[in-house]
Amino acid sequence: MQRIIYFLIRNKNFILFLSLLIFSISLNINYNEYNKSKFINSSNFIFSSLYETQYTISKYFNLEYQNKLLVAENTELKEIVYNHLRKDSIPEKFKNIGFGVTASSVIKNSYSKSNNFITINKGFRDSIKLDNGVVSSNGVVGVIDKTTSNFSRIISILNTNLLLNAKFKNSNHFGVLSWDGLNINIVQLKDVPKQAKVKIGDTVVTGGNSLIFPKDILIGYVDSFKLDGSENYLELDIKLSVDMTNIENLYIIDNNNISEINKLNE
Amino acid sequence: MSNIFSNIIIAIFLIIIQGLFLNNVNFLEWLNPYIYLYFIIYFPLKSNRTLYITISFLYGLMIDFFSDMHAIHSAACLIIAYSRPYFLKLYFGMAYEHQVVKFNSLEIKQNIFYLFNIIFIHHLTLFCLEIFDLTKISLILSNTLSNSIFTFFSIYVLYEFLLNNNKRS
Repeated sequence: MQRIIYFLIRNKNFILFLSLLIFSISLNINYNEYNKSKFINSSNFIFSSLYETQYTISKYFNLEYQNKLLVAENTELKEIVYNHLRKDSIPEKFKNIGFGVTASSVIKNSYSKSNNFITINKGFRDSIKLDNGVVSSNGVVGVIDKTTSNFSRIISILNTNLLLNAKFKNSNHFGVLSWDGLNINIVQLKDVPKQAKVKIGDTVVTGGNSLIFPKDILIGYVDSFKLDGSENYLELDIKLSVDMTNIENLYIIDNNNISEINKLNE
Repeated sequence: MSNIFSNIIIAIFLIIIQGLFLNNVNFLEWLNPYIYLYFIIYFPLKSNRTLYITISFLYGLMIDFFSDMHAIHSAACLIIAYSRPYFLKLYFGMAYEHQVVKFNSLEIKQNIFYLFNIIFIHHLTLFCLEIFDLTKISLILSNTLSNSIFTFFSIYVLYEFLLNNNKRS
């Protein structure tokens, strides 16, 4: 018994090192396997308030660009409003009012790693829920991954663990969108059947198959394509329509019908 | 006593600078200097090793909180903290064993090799754990090398400012 204790005391540094190393690597493996991190993230109180302070200072440097974006979007929306002024003849209860939208601002963005996250300044007090979709005025940005009372974290589209359902605008062939971690402007669309007639420059939008995003939200444009290893499916490179290095105002989309649809699948 | 105090100030300063500014440098879209390593590399030599390993781990964990990295910075910091005595023995030899190495007056050549080697090991662990995919080994190596060079220059500049008393005329 004494020998064991002596052994432990003599090697206490190595044992400490090994146990801490196993602890941290297991956290990392846990994350990579189950796609969730329990407590090491920047949406908790201390770190998010620090980021909030940083954001209140740095947002002024970007105002001009963000203003331009918002004005462009406003004109587009005004156009739609003016073209639909006449009263709708469809009764109210048949209208599809499935999606609610909340606006928010980015307080922390990252894009240089292989698993990127964005933190925003709205949380479940503003009725933001897990798995809500996030878009900017130019297209899809990511999916809500974690919320606290005033902040939430988004899995960015530039995260190798995020998979999205996407389709072409002019046909209904769909595939799985993911990112290989190499180029921050290019994402990959896989498992598209080779019968799909694809041209370079075709528009790719969200498909209606997932409950996260409504149909037909812009993702990007086809940059190049080739057959994959099995020669049955196409692999496409998609150029993102959003400049992920410069985002500030985001819209969070909440599907109100999600519980009803989920009941069908039980 | 004042030595401990100034070290704590430097540690807090480096964490804040790293978390709020340097993680967002993104030079050429993927290069970031990990200047916070300065604290671990030039931690006082005559300190308790158990304490040093524990502090390095907690220090790395703070950086993880800032950058959403799931304890990979702490794993990398832990590895260089544990292996620092071996690097010191390798590059300073007898001087280290007789405990006459002083960080504020180092030979330039020895310092450069020591610094670069320890940064390289840290970045290799960091990117292996971050990318976590052995099929992308070329991406890991290129990221490691380019970021190491960037970090090396920034830490060397910091060293010249803060520690070096060797005034060369």
